[in-house]
Amino acid sequence: MTRVPYEVYTEDVEALSVLSPDGEVINKEMMPDLTDDQLKEIMYRMVFTRTWDDRAVNLGRQGRLGFYAPVSGQEATMIGSEFALQKEDFVCPGYRDIPQLVWHGLPLYQAFLYSRGHQHGGQIPEGVNVLMPQIIIGAQILHATGIAMGFKLKKQANVAITYTGDGGSSEGDFYEGLNYAGAFKLPVIFFVQNNGYAITTPFAKQTAAKSIAHKAVAAGIPGIKIDGMDVFAVISAVQQAAERARKGEGATLIEAVTYRFRPHSLSDDASKYRSKEEEGQWNEKDPIARLAKYLEKKGLWTEEDTLRVREEAKATVNEQIKKAEQTEKMTIPGLIDSMFEVTPKHLEEQKADFE
Amino acid sequence: MAQMNMKEAIRDAMRVELTRDPNVLIFGEDVGNVGGVFRVTEGLQKEFGEERIFDTPLAESAIGGLAFGLGVQGFRPIAEIQFVGFIFEALDQIVIQAARLRWRSGGRYNAPVVFRTPFGGGVKAAELHTDSLEGLIAQSPGIKVVIPSNPYDAKGLLIASIRDNDPVFFMEHLNLYHAFRAEVPEGEYTVELGKANVVREGTDVSIITYGLMVHTATKAADQLEKDGIKAEIIDLRTVSPIDIDTIVASIKKTNRAIVVQEAQKSSGVAAEVIAQINEKALLHLEAPVLRVAGPDTIFPFAQIEDSWIPTPARVIAAVKKVMEF
Ligand SMILES: Cc1ncc(C[n+]2csc(CCOP(=O)(O)OP(=O)(O)O)c2C)c(N)n1
Repeated sequence: MTRVPYEVYTEDVEALSVLSPDGEVINKEMMPDLTDDQLKEIMYRMVFTRTWDDRAVNLGRQGRLGFYAPVSGQEATMIGSEFALQKEDFVCPGYRDIPQLVWHGLPLYQAFLYSRGHQHGGQIPEGVNVLMPQIIIGAQILHATGIAMGFKLKKQANVAITYTGDGGSSEGDFYEGLNYAGAFKLPVIFFVQNNGYAITTPFAKQTAAKSIAHKAVAAGIPGIKIDGMDVFAVISAVQQAAERARKGEGATLIEAVTYRFRPHSLSDDASKYRSKEEEGQWNEKDPIARLAKYLEKKGLWTEEDTLRVREEAKATVNEQIKKAEQTEKMTIPGLIDSMFEVTPKHLEEQKADFE
Repeated sequence: MAQMNMKEAIRDAMRVELTRDPNVLIFGEDVGNVGGVFRVTEGLQKEFGEERIFDTPLAESAIGGLAFGLGVQGFRPIAEIQFVGFIFEALDQIVIQAARLRWRSGGRYNAPVVFRTPFGGGVKAAELHTDSLEGLIAQSPGIKVVIPSNPYDAKGLLIASIRDNDPVFFMEHLNLYHAFRAEVPEGEYTVELGKANVVREGTDVSIITYGLMVHTATKAADQLEKDGIKAEIIDLRTVSPIDIDTIVASIKKTNRAIVVQEAQKSSGVAAEVIAQINEKALLHLEAPVLRVAGPDTIFPFAQIEDSWIPTPARVIAAVKKVMEF
């Protein structure tokens, strides 16, 4: 009897890295082609985003932001993956994926408005190809599948990218999206940021699969697992997935292994389910420090650059949060009028209760 | 008797039933180790073990289906849906599968399951964490919908729900978890499902409501009393089925009524209450029954939820309208 090669599906796969923790390129084949200016731009965005995240957490504590999910630690996955795309490509985010939206063109003050619970936060400017952050875990995966089919029908060589977490990869929507994308050969990239936890639930309790990348197998699309603390691994993987998609070769699943340094959200206490030791180990893999080492060796970045970007980010955040705070408040009649193109009679009547 | 807030009373109900009946299980997202995002199940896993209280992977349809299957096997699962907006992922399992099981199997199987979910506005939660979806579930035959307004009822109703041999959808208003403490008996007791509670006696108008709005109505009634209007307040406690007998008895006394709900105005529980009043008490009415409810919009983002959710002032205005009709 022929032996079924079970081990193909059950063994863990190694996460591919390009950069070593001390900033050496250890995987030349996968090193993306980037100019010095691009390298500096990536670093700029990562430092900027870290600073904005720090500020956002404080603003949240002061009550100046609403729901906010911290991103520190995930700058390589978020910024690298967006950087690898074209402007016309479509970004379908989860609630944590605000940096991708902003670097893809959403004004920062609108991201703040979204967090503060203002409708205008979701009014994406014309020409910015993003959806608003999705609260229902997994829903965006199916949206991306539809948007990708749109690109295909319009014969437009663009891709949709969608993000979820390790937790999100358990939702039915995730499997349905992967399977559709495989069956219809759609230009979509499923990007899973595996940060080890879904709120409090560790990866080991999320799935018995050794990797999320394995889940591509059943959908008949390629899956890959990469080091999500390594921005070059991220850029390289997304660039290649996008290339495949643009050539009509269909969808790709990318699992990026990463970590969120802060708790799940501002109302969560990570010490209840994570050890200090674990946090310390991941701190050593900080994607910003790692890129900085590489850039410093090439003479492209210094400590002063970091300080300068931080100051700039702080000033921008202050200015943008003020803009958000000064945006005219929503009203109930305004809300009622935004339900339909033409407000039905019963809703017109209901406005009277609020005037 | 102990002083408990509603969260503690709900936890106590589960502890009582876990102790009494080895078939009671609790599962859902993050309910185990840390006791859920609101810590409602905190400590239960330590006390009763990981076999009986456990975290599930992030998949609501599977949570619903698991409850269904365990129910078929004779267990009494309490499945937590982390926030109300996420029940849509599980809706097939809740309102089609679990709610139909007894009927479909000609009584061979039943689904003695409780779906617990927090809901309700006023806490500045993110989108889809607050909506009042009780009307949606209430429209499904075969499942009861329970919404407590205070710690005593919460414990008694939850124990009754766990012991019920049909599925129960148990909704916990976020704004009531920590709102106040009240006397709650230790050990077992039940509050009958499908039975409303007259929480305040009055002679001039009946205010029919449930959940957080009981407290809004009470504030309004305090104010109305100063103006010489005595309002009777009925807390439905179970919004499906509705205890129409208690409502009719009240209307026979007051001849006027309003219905207050946090949910959107159209097609919901309030509409059903008024339809039943029309069927059973029309000739006792001196004025049309009015609704005080959220407008028919999406539950608004946090910024303006306080003006969206019915206030005592809106309740007072509606009462005055029916009084002056
Ligand atoms: C359908 C649905 N179920 C549950 C939730 C509540 N919830 C919000 S975040 C989260 C965990 C998500 O974990 P993961 O997908 O790993 O993403 P991470 O937050 O770690 O980036 C849960 C359960 C939700 N928003 N949507």
